[in-house]
Amino acid sequence: MSARDDILRRVREALDGVSPAVAVPSAPRAPGRGDLADLFAERVADYRAIVTRCAAEEVERVVRDVLGPARAVVPPSLGLDVPGAVVDEGLTADELDVCDAVVTRARVGIAETGTIVLDHTDDQGRRAISLVPDLHVCVVDESQVVADVPDAIALLDPARPLTWVSGPSATSDIELDRVEGVHGPRTLHVVLVDPQL
Amino acid sequence: MSGTFVGMPAFPDAAREALGDTQLRRNLAHATRTIRDKRARVVAEVEDWEELRLAGAAVKEAALRDLATHLETLEASLTAAGATVHWARDAEEACAIVASVTKAHGVDEVVKVKSMATAEIGLNEALEAEGIAAWETDLAELIVQLGDDLPSHILVPAIHRNRAEVREIFLRRMGAVGRPAPDDLTDEPAVLAAAAREHLREKFLRATVAVSGANFAVADTGTLVVVESEGNGRMCLTLPEVLISVVGIEKVVATWADLDPLLRLLPRSSTGERMNPYTSTWSGVTPGDGPQEVHVVLLDNGRTRALADDVGRQALRCIRCSACLNVCPVYERVGGHAYGSVYPGPIGAILNPLLHGVADEQTASLPYASSLCGACFEVCPVRIDIPSVLVDQRAAVVDSHRGDRVPKPEAVAMRAAAWTFSDARRLRLAERASGLAGRVLGRFSRTTLPGGRAATGRLPGPGAGWTGARDLPAPPEESFREWWDRTDGGRS
Ligand code: SF4
Repeated sequence: MSARDDILRRVREALDGVSPAVAVPSAPRAPGRGDLADLFAERVADYRAIVTRCAAEEVERVVRDVLGPARAVVPPSLGLDVPGAVVDEGLTADELDVCDAVVTRARVGIAETGTIVLDHTDDQGRRAISLVPDLHVCVVDESQVVADVPDAIALLDPARPLTWVSGPSATSDIELDRVEGVHGPRTLHVVLVDPQL
Repeated sequence: MSGTFVGMPAFPDAAREALGDTQLRRNLAHATRTIRDKRARVVAEVEDWEELRLAGAAVKEAALRDLATHLETLEASLTAAGATVHWARDAEEACAIVASVTKAHGVDEVVKVKSMATAEIGLNEALEAEGIAAWETDLAELIVQLGDDLPSHILVPAIHRNRAEVREIFLRRMGAVGRPAPDDLTDEPAVLAAAAREHLREKFLRATVAVSGANFAVADTGTLVVVESEGNGRMCLTLPEVLISVVGIEKVVATWADLDPLLRLLPRSSTGERMNPYTSTWSGVTPGDGPQEVHVVLLDNGRTRALADDVGRQALRCIRCSACLNVCPVYERVGGHAYGSVYPGPIGAILNPLLHGVADEQTASLPYASSLCGACFEVCPVRIDIPSVLVDQRAAVVDSHRGDRVPKPEAVAMRAAAWTFSDARRLRLAERASGLAGRVLGRFSRTTLPGGRAATGRLPGPGAGWTGARDLPAPPEESFREWWDRTDGGRS
């Protein structure tokens, strides 16, 4: 008997006479905590990420200021003019390793947990480009911010690869002392765009 | 290059040795207190934590109770998404699959994301025997691997090491396996983390094959989920050409929406954060992005044994958050090594016997490594009633000795007690003898319990095992029934 059939047989035997019916209560929702964009900005900053809020027409200037002289890579359709940036067309890991920064958009922002989620479509680029460079500048529109994790799960497409980012890379492996910056970007800068401003 | 738990002594012996190590006790007390406080703060922030726990427990329980269906669905969705699915009955089969996929690419090294399943099956040692080096990339796993040490915690395997020890390990060992630590390395955690970043980066950039586990596997979409902090997971899941994920069959949940309570419960219970820095999800192969060859090894290795246990089945709900370790008074004092397994602490004390049975003495000692205080149940995000399973596993240990030709001393004592308690006259005689013993012991004992009652030190003979680590209160000089007769129930 193949390992597959053997394991499935053992599972069926183990559960012989066990009812599969389990009542699954729906998970509770976080209560409204006021303005989502404010909460999102506050919670992202709690992870020691940097948050800048600005109007739509200021975004390009803000991004330029954040980058300074850094060598940046951008995804194929970022929709922003970043002077001097390399557009990713399948750069190798070594080529990405000499880039200092990356600028991307995001798919959703989660207010309750201060999380941004990337689904790596063309305004965010392949997973590697937002991983190897040391500074990640992520432009999020206020309209993309949802209240909590279940709202994000409902919006996201699991067929896409997803990266949930909550603050810069961190570790607590030495005496449970939190240190920012191990292998992922050591600096996360979220630019939160307010269309009303 | 890392150690193995094979041949570890039973818990009481290992615990005695650990308790004698004051450095270890100090490291553990500091670390567990820090993480307990962090967890308590972020859990208190969630108004409906209890309902969230109920939802999380139900999602996992429902998946387990219809596991065969979900496994077949998972296999079909993974295959449709371009992944290759393998099945492994035990550790040996799983290791052989990983080795053969790696060899097919002609490489002699893999980079690894921290994974309990691969630690459980001893993958690194198995690959080493095949001439393949497995590089651990999680900081704590790296400390354990370089130090030729054993993991002692689910989440922070090097929790027993302090910063000075980590610095010494990095200075001594990094050079032998890659980029050496800088000469001016200090013991600042930030400096140590930076050294690990430099050391591992060259390995990430050149790796062809990566090995991971998964925190969850979603049946209906074929999605695997890895929850991490450092970004080493993202490196392994993204840069290499080939990805092999070893996934215990109990990691399955039915639907994408089922992830919701679990992704809210895990980070708060585990690292005490609202959300961990990085969570990656992927469904098979994405053309042009990440590994283009994706393998998933579905692992049994005793899980179907645990699944058949009506009381113990709930242990398979475990999402490996490690909250039960951090609150356990036994774990806090003896640390993880004494449990002799990659799964230490309260969950290890039930999971190891459930997965492997209680035939060997080491595993059979684990259900007793608890005071049954219940703190583990209270913090468990998926509501595993660990104390009840412990008691049930103790019964399994006792049952396994029923046929012994020479019964255990406890069995003899229990049989004698049953004989005495079942007859009023025998009980009266026994009480008199015990009152006499109480008078004698009360006079000679050197210990006084809180409340002023005398207690004995270590008893000689068969009682030594029990009294070696406990005070035995001296029996009262007068039994309840004698008192009742003498005072007419307290009326005279
Ligand atoms: S048993 Fe519960 S508390 Fe312990 S590690 Fe598993 S999920 Fe966490």
